[in-house]
Amino acid sequence: MFAPGTAVRVKNDWPETRGPAHIRTPHYLRGMTGTVVRHLGSFRNPEDLAFARPAAERALYHVRFAQPAVWGEGRPGDELQVEIFEHWLDPA
Amino acid sequence: MDKDTPRNHHDLGGVSKFMCEAVDTTPHALTDFDKQVDAIRAILGAKGIMTVDELRRGIESIPEADYHRLSYYRRWVRSMTGILLQKGVVTEAELRAALEAG
Amino acid sequence: MTIVETDGERLLVALRSVLATKGIASAAEIAERIAITDRASPGQGARMVAKAWTDPAYRSRLLEDGSKAAEELGIPMRGMPPLGVLENTAEVHNLVVCTLCSCYPRAVLGYPPFWYKSAAYRARAVRDPRGLLAEEWNTVLPDNVRLRVVDSTADYRWMVLPLRPAGTEGWDESRLASIVREGDMIGVTIPLVA
Repeated sequence: MFAPGTAVRVKNDWPETRGPAHIRTPHYLRGMTGTVVRHLGSFRNPEDLAFARPAAERALYHVRFAQPAVWGEGRPGDELQVEIFEHWLDPA
Repeated sequence: MDKDTPRNHHDLGGVSKFMCEAVDTTPHALTDFDKQVDAIRAILGAKGIMTVDELRRGIESIPEADYHRLSYYRRWVRSMTGILLQKGVVTEAELRAALEAG
Repeated sequence: MTIVETDGERLLVALRSVLATKGIASAAEIAERIAITDRASPGQGARMVAKAWTDPAYRSRLLEDGSKAAEELGIPMRGMPPLGVLENTAEVHNLVVCTLCSCYPRAVLGYPPFWYKSAAYRARAVRDPRGLLAEEWNTVLPDNVRLRVVDSTADYRWMVLPLRPAGTEGWDESRLASIVREGDMIGVTIPLVA
């Protein structure tokens, strides 16, 4: 469980390269560091639901990222806020 | 400059090819076709036959050129049909017969 | 050509026929579902916004649990994805996008607009939101306002609670709701007082 305010890093992992996959972590955030805003609840893992496999509930977080850090461009202060599942996050 | 990642083609955030493309902000009414496809998807979901996750996975597996060429709901029909065939909810023979009759 | 590559209109007719024969989706069920979906529209969201602007307690409830707040106004939310409401403030302006597909608060706002589902919107919103808003909607935010782009990637569906514009003092909920547009609740525009 990540508390609000915790710095987290999105895993720089690419399951798509290892076979058929359905991933809801956008490419542009992989390897990026952000801050947990809040825990949104637990939901069944879409990566498994997409293949009609048994799907365990995973904690879902709203995570905030600084725009310029993600893109190397953009206005300082602007942000991205994205739902990320716990298994995609490591403490930063 | 794109981020140099092995992204799937549906994963469009920040993709350079579309950064200079205009957005058509004019209103587009949904057609009967659109609404029927949407409704069937909802019914399949409500009845536990196909999840929205499976629909998305099917859409993502449409080859890139077709993905961009097909209208939004045509992608849905193609995906839904593929998923229902994969799961054995409908068979190719049944669909072919219906196509011939239709 | 594989069967799934059949022209979509023909494929739909065939699919409908097979699903009807199997008792999975009848013509009546499809028609009923279309009627239900058609009832949702941006007007529903506008009512929620107008109430939040005039009733601070409702505003709090709306921000705390969007689904419950929608149901309070008679908007059916059972079985629908949870609704999250993003509050615009003097410091932060929110913009909603789904870069991976087209996730949208349909239960409250109805079908997503054509442009929301486009590759151009999905690509540009997360990387050049200010350019996008200015070029396509003539929306320019004040310098001191931060822009927060919310990419809908999972189970929540997001709508924006816009700032109440000046010049609306004393207006009743109905009049307030009449100026809240679909784009205001996605974040591409700001409510205008005509």
